[in-house]
Amino acid sequence: MNKVMSNKFYIAFYIAPALLLLLILVFIPLGLSGYYGLMDWDGIGEKTFIGLENYIQGIQDKLFWNSAFHSFLLAIFSTLSLVIYLTVSFILASKIKGADLLRKIYLIPMLLSSVAIAQLWVKIYNPSNGILNVFLMSIGVENPPLWLANPSIVLFAIFVPILWQYAGFYILIYYAALKNIPESLIEAARIDGASAFQIATRIKLPLIKEVVSVTIVLAIVGSLKYFDLIYVMTAGGPNGASEVMASYMYKLAFSNYNFGYGSAIGFLLLIITLIVTLIIRKLTETKDKLEY
Amino acid sequence: MGKKKTLTLLSSALALSMLLAGCSDSEEAGGSSGSAEKEIKFMHLWPEGSSKKHFDVVNEIIAEYEAENEGVSVDLEVLSNEQYKDKLRVLSTSGDLPDVGLTWAAGFLEPYVGGNMFAPLDDVIEEDLSDAFVPGTTEAYAMDGATYGLPLELNIVSLYYNKAMFEEQGITPPETYEELETAVKEFNDAGIQPIALGNRDSWTGSMWYMYLADRIGGADVLNKAIDRSGSFEDPALVEAAAKTQELVDMDAFVNGFNGLADEEAKSMFMSGQTPMYLIATWDLPNFTTNESVPQEFRDSIGYLNFPTVDGEGDTSSFVGGPGVGLFVAEESEVKEEAKDFASYFVKAWGEEAVTKAGVIPATKVDAGSLDLPEMYVDILDELNGATNITLFADVQMSPDVAQVHLDSIQALFGNEITPEEFAKNHEEALSKE
Repeated sequence: MNKVMSNKFYIAFYIAPALLLLLILVFIPLGLSGYYGLMDWDGIGEKTFIGLENYIQGIQDKLFWNSAFHSFLLAIFSTLSLVIYLTVSFILASKIKGADLLRKIYLIPMLLSSVAIAQLWVKIYNPSNGILNVFLMSIGVENPPLWLANPSIVLFAIFVPILWQYAGFYILIYYAALKNIPESLIEAARIDGASAFQIATRIKLPLIKEVVSVTIVLAIVGSLKYFDLIYVMTAGGPNGASEVMASYMYKLAFSNYNFGYGSAIGFLLLIITLIVTLIIRKLTETKDKLEY
Repeated sequence: MGKKKTLTLLSSALALSMLLAGCSDSEEAGGSSGSAEKEIKFMHLWPEGSSKKHFDVVNEIIAEYEAENEGVSVDLEVLSNEQYKDKLRVLSTSGDLPDVGLTWAAGFLEPYVGGNMFAPLDDVIEEDLSDAFVPGTTEAYAMDGATYGLPLELNIVSLYYNKAMFEEQGITPPETYEELETAVKEFNDAGIQPIALGNRDSWTGSMWYMYLADRIGGADVLNKAIDRSGSFEDPALVEAAAKTQELVDMDAFVNGFNGLADEEAKSMFMSGQTPMYLIATWDLPNFTTNESVPQEFRDSIGYLNFPTVDGEGDTSSFVGGPGVGLFVAEESEVKEEAKDFASYFVKAWGEEAVTKAGVIPATKVDAGSLDLPEMYVDILDELNGATNITLFADVQMSPDVAQVHLDSIQALFGNEITPEEFAKNHEEALSKE
C-alpha cells in the first residue's frame, strides 16, 4: 500500500474522479457565472458583452445591500445561537438521564426536508388558523402579530425555524467533540476541586475550541448563502422585507429573466462569503495546538 | 518525472470529459432521421398525477390524430408546471425545443420570440382557425405583427361569494363598490373576515387593483399606461390605488394577507371562513364539479362581476387572459406536421376540454349544446357578451417591470407606499425599458 501511495501517478489517478466532479460541478460553473455577469443576457437569447456594468449596478443596488443586511443579520443570529447549542451539548454530555433520547429528539428537524419544515411553519404562523395565533388569542391577546405579513417582524419569524432546523446538527457536532475528551482529564480536574462550571469553561471549552471555530465558520457561511426556507415561506416578501442575497439572486435570474445581472449578484455573493470566511478563519485561528 | 506527467494526465482527462459532454447532442439529432415515420415531439404540463383530466383529454386527441394521420406519431413528454418552465428554458439554450409545446402569453413569450425560437403561426390561423378564437385571445400571443401561439385556455376573473354566508347575515351581494363597503363592514361587525386574499403571490392583489382601475378609468387606461401611450400617474390609476388602500384600511381582506399564499386564502374561502374571493375561472371545477369538495359548499357558491365604482364602469369588461397556448418550434425538423398537429389539437381541444376537464377554452364553444354545470354556461355567456378582456398586468409587462409591479402591489396593500409612490415606481420601471 505504501508503495502505491508514494507513486504520484496513482495519487493522481485516485484524485482525478473527485477533482473532475468538483471542477465540472463547482469551479467551472463558478467561473461561468462570473463570466455571465459580464453579459446583458435574458438566459435565452443573445448575450451582449457589457463589461463590469452588472457588477457596478450590483454594488449600487439598494435592494441588494438590503438583502445582504438580512443575510448578515441571519449570520449574527446563527452565531449567537451556537452558544445555546453548546450549552445544551454540555448538559447532554454530562451524563444526565435520557440524554440519548433527547439527542435524537434534537436531531429530528435535521431529518426533515426544508420544504416540509417551511410548510409546517407556514401553518404554525397562519394569522387566523395557525396554532401560534390561536394560542395567543385564547390567552387573551387581541391582535396577535401577523408573523409573515408584517415587514418589521417577518425576518425574525423566519429565523426561528431556520435556527431550529440546524440546532440538531450543531448539538451533534459539539456532543461528539465533548465525548472525545478523555475522562482522565475531567477526573484530574475534579480531584483538584474544580466545579462543574469550571470544568466546562476552563477544561472542556478550550479543548473543543477548534470544533467551535469550525462551527462558527459553518454557521456564518451557511447563513450568508441561505435560501430554502425563505424562498418557500415568503419568497422574500412582503416587498423585500425578508429577502436575502441568495433569494434576491434567484429572483433576478429566474423571475426577472435577467440572467446576466443575477449571475453578477451570485458572484458578488461568492466574493462576500469568501472575504467573510477568511476574516473568521483569521479571528478564530488557534496558535497553540492542544494535545491530549 | 511525476509532476509533469500527472499534470498532463489530469488536463487530458479534463479535455476528454468535455469532449464527451459536447458529443452527446449531435448523436441524438442523428438518430431520429433514420425511420420513415415522422415524429412530432410534444411537451405539456398536465401530469397524470395532478391533472388527470387534462392528461386524458390530451391523450385522446393525440390518439385520434395519430389514427387519422398515418406515418406521423406524437412523442409525448409531460412535466409539472415549474419543471416545465425550467426545462423549456434549458432546451431553448441548446436549440432542442420540442416541435410543439405550451407557452404562456406576452411577457413569457418575449425572450423566445426575440431569440427566434418560435415559429409565427398566422398562416395556420388564417387557413384553419380564422373564426375559432374568442376575440382578444390570440392578440396576447402576438408580437411585432406576428402571432406565435394558439391559445388553449381563457380565464376571466370574477368575485365568487358564499350565498349561504350572505343569507345568514342578511347581507346583499354587492353590485357596486358602495355595497361592497357595506358588506365588508357588516361582515366585520359579525366577526367574519370578509375577503380571502393571498397576497404573498401578489398577482392576486394585482387583480383587485386592475379591476378598480378598469371600473374607475375605463378599459384602456391601464393598457395605455403599460404600452406607454398613457401613464401610471393618470388620476384614474392613482385613484384605483387609493381605493385599494381604502379597502385595506376597512379590514376588507383576511388577516395577514401579505404573508398568505393564494392556496391558503383559497382554503379559507373553501372552508366557509370567508364569504368572498376574487379568482379566475381556473377554479371553477372547485365550485361546480369537483367531487372532493362537499356538495353543500359547491351549491352555495355564486359569482358576481366586479362591482361598479361610483356608478362608473362597465361590468362586462373583464380582467383575465389566456392561460397556456401552443407554440411550434422555429427549428423543428417536422415543422409542417407540427403546425398541422397544433391546429388539429386546438380544434379538438375546445369542447373536449370544457366538458371533460372543466377548462374554459379560448376557442368559441356553443355552451347551449353541451352538458355543463350552470355556472359554466353562465360564464361562457358572460364571455360571449364581454366588451373587453384586459390581460393580467404582470403578464402584459416584461419580466423586469412585472416584478416591480408585483412588489409595488404588495407594498401598496401593506400601506408601505402611497398611491403616488405606487405610480412613480411603475413610471420609473417602465421608462427604463
